[in-house]
Amino acid sequence: MWSYFARRVVIGVPTLWAIITVCFFLMRLTPGGPFDGEAPIPAEILVNLRARYHLDDPLWKQYVDYLISLLHGDFGPSFKYRDFTVTTLIAQGFPVSLQNGFAALVLAIVIGVPLGIVAALAQNTRRDYIVSAAAMTGIVIPNFVMGHVLILVFGVWLKDSFVHLPAGGWDDGAFANRILPVFCLALPYIAYLVRITRGSMIEAMRANYVRTARAKGLPFHTVVLRHALKSALVPVVTFLGPATAFLLTGSMVVETIFQIPGIGRYFVQGALNRDYTLVMGVTILSAALVIAMNLAVDLLYGLLDPKVRYER
Amino acid sequence: MSANLASPHGAALDAAATTEGRSLWQDAWRRLMANHAAVTGLVILVLIALVSVVGPYLLPWTYDEIDWRHVEALPPDMATRHYFGTDSLGRDLLARTLFGGRISLMVGILATTVALFIGVTVGAIAGFVGGRTDQYLMRFVDLMYSVPLTFFVIILMVVFGRNFILMFLAIGAVEWLTMARIVRGQTLTLRNKEFIEAARASGGSTTWIIIRHIVPNVLGVVMVYVTLTIPQVILLESFLSFLGLGIQEPMTSWGMLINDGAAELEVSPRTLIIPAAFMTVTLFCFNFLGDGLRDALDPKDR
Repeated sequence: MWSYFARRVVIGVPTLWAIITVCFFLMRLTPGGPFDGEAPIPAEILVNLRARYHLDDPLWKQYVDYLISLLHGDFGPSFKYRDFTVTTLIAQGFPVSLQNGFAALVLAIVIGVPLGIVAALAQNTRRDYIVSAAAMTGIVIPNFVMGHVLILVFGVWLKDSFVHLPAGGWDDGAFANRILPVFCLALPYIAYLVRITRGSMIEAMRANYVRTARAKGLPFHTVVLRHALKSALVPVVTFLGPATAFLLTGSMVVETIFQIPGIGRYFVQGALNRDYTLVMGVTILSAALVIAMNLAVDLLYGLLDPKVRYER
Repeated sequence: MSANLASPHGAALDAAATTEGRSLWQDAWRRLMANHAAVTGLVILVLIALVSVVGPYLLPWTYDEIDWRHVEALPPDMATRHYFGTDSLGRDLLARTLFGGRISLMVGILATTVALFIGVTVGAIAGFVGGRTDQYLMRFVDLMYSVPLTFFVIILMVVFGRNFILMFLAIGAVEWLTMARIVRGQTLTLRNKEFIEAARASGGSTTWIIIRHIVPNVLGVVMVYVTLTIPQVILLESFLSFLGLGIQEPMTSWGMLINDGAAELEVSPRTLIIPAAFMTVTLFCFNFLGDGLRDALDPKDR
């Protein structure tokens, strides 16, 4: 398993490098630059600006310099937030996204998986239909609609009641400001988890080893929780790997709607402002997370499914 | 070569036609028709597609026409023939919703077609040719999986500007990965079947066998995946529109309408709710249809 782990890490590095390279040249070869604004900047200042950010170096040199500074953990200066480095911005934004993402993830698992099990055990009954329909609704309502509806209900209509919640803003992470965004972030994941858990649980309950376990007289809940659920969790974990990475790097939509200073919002603003370095920084961070999570998922398979072996 | 193959195939088809049998497709069709949710979904989808395509021609207002007497969000009004009212710029909401539906559905279908094309080609080649080709192609797919693709679509849209054609090409180019994996898996099981061997023995080239024998046989699974990809693409497009990277005004899509409506939420929730309802119902129907198709075509649950 350790050699497998090492091999995967070794593959991960060139993957990340390829992503960085494509991203870098894509952003540098575009018409228009970070200093195009409404008011044209005088030529002399532009020259100075370009020199300051090393944009007048040959492209290959910029690329090599960027790679070298990345190795030092330096994502370079932000083009738009003039006094900040991208590293500072990410250091500010990432914890916020991380906390929200983690809370949403826990919420999604705690609600989604049990509901999926309940639906699966009651397959084709009214209870199953209600849960499944609710899950489908959660999937098809995009979270930017859901976010606005939540704001309308809890931020506007219920303004004078005791369940009033802030319509947006972060307020240094006040609890009330976290409720709506976390819920909004978790909702589609709850829905997906219900569907996936239900599907794999139905399959697992039909498996021979589950029949054996029941036949030897184990109590129903033991069979469900210890025998069926364990293998039913394989697809759930598969889904959760990349999903976790996306949750942790912050949902761009939710952070934009609720005005949360996380890295998802930085990415959106950076993309719209052509803040190359900021966009690259966030992309690299989330790519690294996706790669790490996929690896974590592959390692978890071994714990859940004894048929999985790490060979080759 | 194809002339040589034509006659034995033709004869085989004739023979099949004379014997009364139910093909896989007829079987699947019957099962699909027995699934009420899927049939309802299909019917509603056809209706929505019809009104989106034909509707705008029948309405008194066009999607970009401003009613200067009502340059504010107007509630539904029969007298001025704004059946759903107007948006904040005095444009007819019904006309815009239908036109937006046309764009959203078009992006969904076109992008999925692009994904279908790339995915089936890559998957079939990887699965059928096998060996090193298979390894390289699938490594590439694995690599692409670890790229945060939404980020890439956004970067692409920023880099190349808001361009309709580019949008569905970009979305299609990121949605083909799963398709390729599914098709490869199917192709691997087909590869060693007798009819493939027969085709090879009668001198069919690799390309010919893939096009004539592999692709038709993976279509069932592919179709299920297509019906589940279209709603995802529609969602992705609406997400881009939400970020202001969708198509250009005065053209519109459901995502843009929802975004516009969200800005007017407190004043006239209607401008959010109507396009959102259209989109949600469409996504619902695609999902029901996809699930129905899966049940109908998947031999495992029979």
